[in-house]
Amino acid sequence: MDWVALLIKILVIAVLVPVSAMITGFAFLKILAHMQSRLGPMEAGRFHGWAQLLADGLKFIQKEDIIPTNADRWVFALAPGVVLMSVVLVFITIPFSPVLEVVNLDSQIFVFLAVSSIGAIGVLMAGWSSANKYSLIGGFRAAGQLIAYELPLVLAVVGVVMQAGTMSLQGIVSAQSQFELFGTGIVVPYFVPQILGFVIFIVACQAELAQAPFDMPFAESELVSGFATEYSGFRYLFFFMAEFASNFALAAIAATLFLGGYWIPFVSPEMLKYIGPFVLAVKIALLVFIFLWLRSTYPRLREDQLQRFAWMYLIPLSLVNIALTGVFKVVTV
Amino acid sequence: MMDQARAAAHMADAMVAVELQTEDMTLNIGPQHPSTHGVFRLVAKVDGERVTSVTPVLGYMHRGYEKLCEVRTYPQVTTIVNRIDWLSGYANEIPFVLGAEKLLGVEAPPRAQYIRTILSEMARISTFLVFIGGFGIELGALTPIFHTFRDRERILDLIESVTGGRFHPNFNRVGGTKDDLPAGFIDETRSALDVVLRLCDDVEMLLFGNDIFQQRTMGIGVIPLEKGLEFGVSGANIRASGSTADVRRDQPYLVYDELDFDVVTDTRGDCYARAWCRLEEIRQSCRIIFQCVDKLPSGPVMAKVPRIIQIPPGEIYSRGENPLGEMGYYIVSRGGRIPYRVKIRTASFSNVSVLPWLLQDAFVPDLIAILGSLYFILGDVDR
Repeated sequence: MDWVALLIKILVIAVLVPVSAMITGFAFLKILAHMQSRLGPMEAGRFHGWAQLLADGLKFIQKEDIIPTNADRWVFALAPGVVLMSVVLVFITIPFSPVLEVVNLDSQIFVFLAVSSIGAIGVLMAGWSSANKYSLIGGFRAAGQLIAYELPLVLAVVGVVMQAGTMSLQGIVSAQSQFELFGTGIVVPYFVPQILGFVIFIVACQAELAQAPFDMPFAESELVSGFATEYSGFRYLFFFMAEFASNFALAAIAATLFLGGYWIPFVSPEMLKYIGPFVLAVKIALLVFIFLWLRSTYPRLREDQLQRFAWMYLIPLSLVNIALTGVFKVVTV
Repeated sequence: MMDQARAAAHMADAMVAVELQTEDMTLNIGPQHPSTHGVFRLVAKVDGERVTSVTPVLGYMHRGYEKLCEVRTYPQVTTIVNRIDWLSGYANEIPFVLGAEKLLGVEAPPRAQYIRTILSEMARISTFLVFIGGFGIELGALTPIFHTFRDRERILDLIESVTGGRFHPNFNRVGGTKDDLPAGFIDETRSALDVVLRLCDDVEMLLFGNDIFQQRTMGIGVIPLEKGLEFGVSGANIRASGSTADVRRDQPYLVYDELDFDVVTDTRGDCYARAWCRLEEIRQSCRIIFQCVDKLPSGPVMAKVPRIIQIPPGEIYSRGENPLGEMGYYIVSRGGRIPYRVKIRTASFSNVSVLPWLLQDAFVPDLIAILGSLYFILGDVDR
């Protein structure tokens, strides 16, 4: 009966991706609106425009699917799917509770890092195949950025992996539930000992998500809409959905690595099976809020400044973090 | 031996450079592009992200205003010139009306002069608030524009309460203003200006104090003073490069000689300095308006002028310090109700002429920052 369970899991994920994209997207509309002293959508669905994204999604589906004459048809058509698929694969790696998960691999964090990079290929495909100069520049910017920020992301994760002594996400969560700060008996999640790694991870996530201050791939004031300039209809919707779903997914991974995932103190493991997903949801909401807060606060860096920031600050800092973690590990054991 | 090795290495480098040489790409920025403030077009040759040369293409918005002025009576012309720099419509009327009054030999009563000063400075505040918000957007900061637009609305409401129009007041008549100020205007002005001044503090702290904002603007797009003067750059753009030229102080018109204000200058000449000068000018404008409402004299707002305005033959160049820079009208009259010729000197047209020189070897993102910091309005470029 394994395949039945797998099928159900896949169906759940297939529903979860658009739903999480809609929830995050709605949070984006509302939080940004309130930070910008306006109301945001208020009409669709009566109560505070909750159905706005539903309406938007329907609108996109109705629209004509335009493929430019000079575009590389197949690559152009495939690119949004590749980007969305990368996000779906990231969802597969998230553990929602001790039992609720799609796969449980010993090197699950490795799988996450691998599949989250697939999106870069889709972006590059979109930029290249659109036959549009703005798309091309946007695609190259995105590729350069994703490569530069993949490194601090991986290095920040290395700190956590060393601390936990395992690459399995379930293992990292249970390691956090037993981690005592300097043997005082106070159990804290990893964002306390790995505070440097946490900050680096959040910054790198922001860059992976191409949100301000790292939103050069879109850069609407320069590149119109970056690599998505030529897209319309449901293909654009795919990009849109991938953007918000990956916001959600990266927040989930960050919560798992640094905030203890589905675990909270003073709750028995038996209870965690049931309330785990809700605990994780609260932590994700917190991180998504931080992402959106940063997004609405900062102007955009320039491409060379972005690269300099990654190579001269983030990567050395994350190496320092690894060294510190190693020293810390040896001293406390 | 060493030399030979070095020469060989150099040769190899040169060969790689030749091999890697790529064709420049022609990037058409505009006429439909989010950052060109209307139908402005730049044909840029880019090598990767570096701009090697750029040619501005003007004229997509040419509406023939100079010609239209030749078939309208003097009071009707204000309707047209309102639409040149549409964000500070009121300020456009002033130099023309003052020129016409001088030719006619009348002067508006003091109260009308004060009202004109208040409204011109309000136009300056409102357009600079748009600038600050828009400049933020160009640099990727999405939030400031909503805050500046929110408080600009207070100013626009005030302008509307006096003139009946938000953008195109058409409130000046030859010899005075159409109406007096409405009741409650002065109190409302004071509270609105307090709001604007608070916003200025916020913007200075949160936007101008932001590290990324400073990295994106400081040292970018530097216009040296001599170059700027050569190209006829005016307004805050040239004051940011160290000039102290300000028509309001150099050739006072309206009641500027009775008021106490500073000419804001900077010596850095980069994007940051230009933006900073405009922010500071908002504060100076608030200072001017506060003084005006304190000193506001009583009396009529319209001088005695004939019912049908006929201007005796003559010619005059009348200029004023508009938000975007120096604006001037060369009015030629051969007698009668309509001007024979009106030549309009707009600030933006001269300001954008510096672009091909300024944008050479800039990065594409810097190009957008420079365009934004020069702050031109398309209607002001193409009359």
